[in-house]
Amino acid sequence: MASSTSLHASDLAEQLQTLATELGVARWDLGAACSTDTSVQVDRGDAKQLKGAQRSSITVRAWNADGLVGITSTSDLSPAGLARALAGARDASAYGNPDDTPGFSPLATAPLAQLEQPLSEPRAILELLETLKQAEAELLSRHPAISTVPYNGLAQRSSQRIYLNSEGACREQQLSTASLYLYARAEETGRKPRSSGAVRLAYGAGELDVAGCIEEAAERTIQHLDYAPIATGRYTCVFSPEAFLDLIGAFSSLFNARAVLDGVSLSQRESLGSQLAVPFLSIHDNGLHPGNIGAASFDGEGTPVARLPLVEGGVLRHFLHSEATARAFGVAPTGHAGLGAKVSVGPHWFEIGPAGSSDEQTGARGLDRFSQDGIVWIDSLSALHAGVKASQGSFSLPFDGWLIQGGEARSIEAATVAGDIRQVLKSLVGFEGEAKVTPDGVCPLVWVEGLSITGDA
Amino acid sequence: MVLLATPTPSLTGDSLDQRWRERLEAVLAAGTAAGASLVEVFLESTDHIGLLAEQERITNVSPAFGRGAGLRVFLGERDGFVSTNDLSEAGLLQALDQALGMLGLTRSTLGAHGFAGLAFLHDHGASKESWLQRCPGLDESTARLLEATALLNRHGDHLQARRGSYARDWQEVLVAASDGTFARDIRLHQSVGINALASDGDHRASLGRRYGSSGRPDDLRQWDAEASAIDLCGSARAMLYADYVEAGNYPVVLANRFGGVIFHEACGHLLETTQVERGTTPFAEKVGERIAHEAVTAVDEGLSDGAFGSLSMDDEGMEPQRTVLIENGVLQRFISDRAGELRTGHARTGSGRRQSHAFAAASRMRNTFIAAGPHTPEQLIGSVDRGLYCKSMGGGSVGPTGQFNFAVEEGYLIEDGQLTKPVKGATLIGEAREVMPRISMCANDLELAAGFCGSVSGSIFVTVGQPHIKVDTITVGGR
Repeated sequence: MASSTSLHASDLAEQLQTLATELGVARWDLGAACSTDTSVQVDRGDAKQLKGAQRSSITVRAWNADGLVGITSTSDLSPAGLARALAGARDASAYGNPDDTPGFSPLATAPLAQLEQPLSEPRAILELLETLKQAEAELLSRHPAISTVPYNGLAQRSSQRIYLNSEGACREQQLSTASLYLYARAEETGRKPRSSGAVRLAYGAGELDVAGCIEEAAERTIQHLDYAPIATGRYTCVFSPEAFLDLIGAFSSLFNARAVLDGVSLSQRESLGSQLAVPFLSIHDNGLHPGNIGAASFDGEGTPVARLPLVEGGVLRHFLHSEATARAFGVAPTGHAGLGAKVSVGPHWFEIGPAGSSDEQTGARGLDRFSQDGIVWIDSLSALHAGVKASQGSFSLPFDGWLIQGGEARSIEAATVAGDIRQVLKSLVGFEGEAKVTPDGVCPLVWVEGLSITGDA
Repeated sequence: MVLLATPTPSLTGDSLDQRWRERLEAVLAAGTAAGASLVEVFLESTDHIGLLAEQERITNVSPAFGRGAGLRVFLGERDGFVSTNDLSEAGLLQALDQALGMLGLTRSTLGAHGFAGLAFLHDHGASKESWLQRCPGLDESTARLLEATALLNRHGDHLQARRGSYARDWQEVLVAASDGTFARDIRLHQSVGINALASDGDHRASLGRRYGSSGRPDDLRQWDAEASAIDLCGSARAMLYADYVEAGNYPVVLANRFGGVIFHEACGHLLETTQVERGTTPFAEKVGERIAHEAVTAVDEGLSDGAFGSLSMDDEGMEPQRTVLIENGVLQRFISDRAGELRTGHARTGSGRRQSHAFAAASRMRNTFIAAGPHTPEQLIGSVDRGLYCKSMGGGSVGPTGQFNFAVEEGYLIEDGQLTKPVKGATLIGEAREVMPRISMCANDLELAAGFCGSVSGSIFVTVGQPHIKVDTITVGGR
């Protein structure tokens, strides 16, 4: 496998500065990324598809004499490609928005947090293939109803990110990651097929928790075999950590300063300091959490990533910012920016949990989902891209889960859960169990009362 | 300014054409000499512009361009795929080596091979060289978008945010394979979208419309922005104060055009050979059997003039066909690509498609629609005592068990055969085998609508379509 570390930040900076001088561009910045990927998929013991990719891309911004910014992206990192990109950005700057012009982040040269991200040597692809074959075979052997694992993959990536600007900022990060996903399909005679799965991430293929992934995929799939319809009505729901993190992620425009400024967030400027949720809920964005495999130490504008309180004790405390939105709010950038003429803003990794340690602050109610009847345990949500109206606050989403009666959980055949995120945040009953680290964040089980469930019974 | 000042590949003489023959033949010969049963190279050059207007401002101009190659090597039914941005001969050979290595093969100059050279270039792009230059430039494009947001302001009420977006995607491709395939094409897609968020106190409604075409450089110029704005603002006005739909099982009438997403999600994906390979379609052994109501005839094709999913050749160099999938409820055939034909025996249909060189082609839909029937839309609505009329759809998805879902963006109750009050928040869910027999009536007003489909080979341009159809009963998620 070729090394992905083929970009040299100082050379790139020198090349760009030379080109910029030739093109009359006094102010520029650049984000670059390159990666080498290998991945395998299997199908009932045979290799299905083996893939490799070398990818490279740069995004260049240029400011014109009027201070307006233009941008161009390309996958052509040749000198001609760089020149064309910079010229394109210069030309596009004529269409820059004078009402909202991004600038360099004042933190683009600030010290970065030191991340513990061991670089792992990539494994040979045939070794990955053998690991995945064994994992598939193991999963297929777990239950006679599991006949296929139609969605599976083992992938590894070596990557490099760079941020440079004409005032001397020079950020660089290298990373190696690996991922494994196993989604099994099970079917019993005369019954509908059922499916579920699990995902694992690590810094290298050798560190992946393959056994845990098999165990979780098997357990989830088998638990959904004995299904029954559920009657339409209002239920108290217990969200799995993954499901609740998905829901908060889908409505993250609540915390997005760009969306606030654009008028498409449910929050407004004056929402800061208001009670958004029950007093025992806290939400932080913490891209630096050690559980966040693939954490970035800086954002698209070079700003350091840091832990940011979004909701404390149910109160909305901060928004996620780019340089431009931070300037509009009179605060410092928070390390959540992309790179653009209009800069996007987004979360890294959520920490969701109690606001403090007392019972009042933890939402501790001695909750045990198996101790009550009629509880809907939502395991995973589907189709968030279609069923979430972020600017309206509403959602209507298919889910996989269980109805708990008499201490027993029975899988629900097919159903949707619907509600309003503002209502959800104020209808939390409490948390159950310890917080679980997932690929998208860390969160315990979350109880919410009064949600609408549509079933087929 | 006509376009950005940066020259396009076709203008610099750097076009993907006959001049690549020698380099590609060297790669293909090396692959077959190593023992590969088939080697395929997909070269791509792209030139994209995305624009965004918000309220009275252009807020984003995003040009992007790139080049790359995807190499696929088959050994029997197995394949290895490698993508790269390095199109030099050394870069392509390095990618070939990696793909060969995935199959346990090694390049050798000593091996025999059956590669007889590439055929005469089948150049679908020759007549399209001027397309890019005939597209509206940035001045004209941005003016059209600002016109659109102004029209939304003129025709809308309580609009808190107004957006217009435009994307122009130009793609030049060259496909070469060791079976002699040598084909070139130029593709041009344009899409324009308008979105509005209406807000009044606690009442909110966000709606959007998207229009798209392929191969029509003048399309943005000819787009009726005012009609689009009036249509969207009318819907926003209706939905702003709409109640949430009551959950339950209803008969549903789905409007034409984008209502076709129900067939796309509920059945179309399950008729791709990738699903046959995975064992995730319930229809794998059902050719010749009834899988839908006899009222249903469904087609997938890449031929409709200007439609978003139309193409002169697929991403494996094959010309598209009109493929009748279901005729009067009986399954006729599957949508197939090269690997699908190899692994399932279903003949290729010109449906090997991919987002870019970074993806291997897979069997994917093109323009997919339910054919027109004998009824009027009024007859469908008039046949329902109490149900739901879905005028506008959001997105949807289908899972590995055939369970599908899609969101209703604009809906109305049907009471005693008449449309009554608007309702929002509906999600339709079901399972393909159950819902297809319940499509019992088709109207006579077939229309197509442009969209994007995301699946194993990335996000691609497609159209969905249908006349008004009636589904006898379906689960409606609501509150």
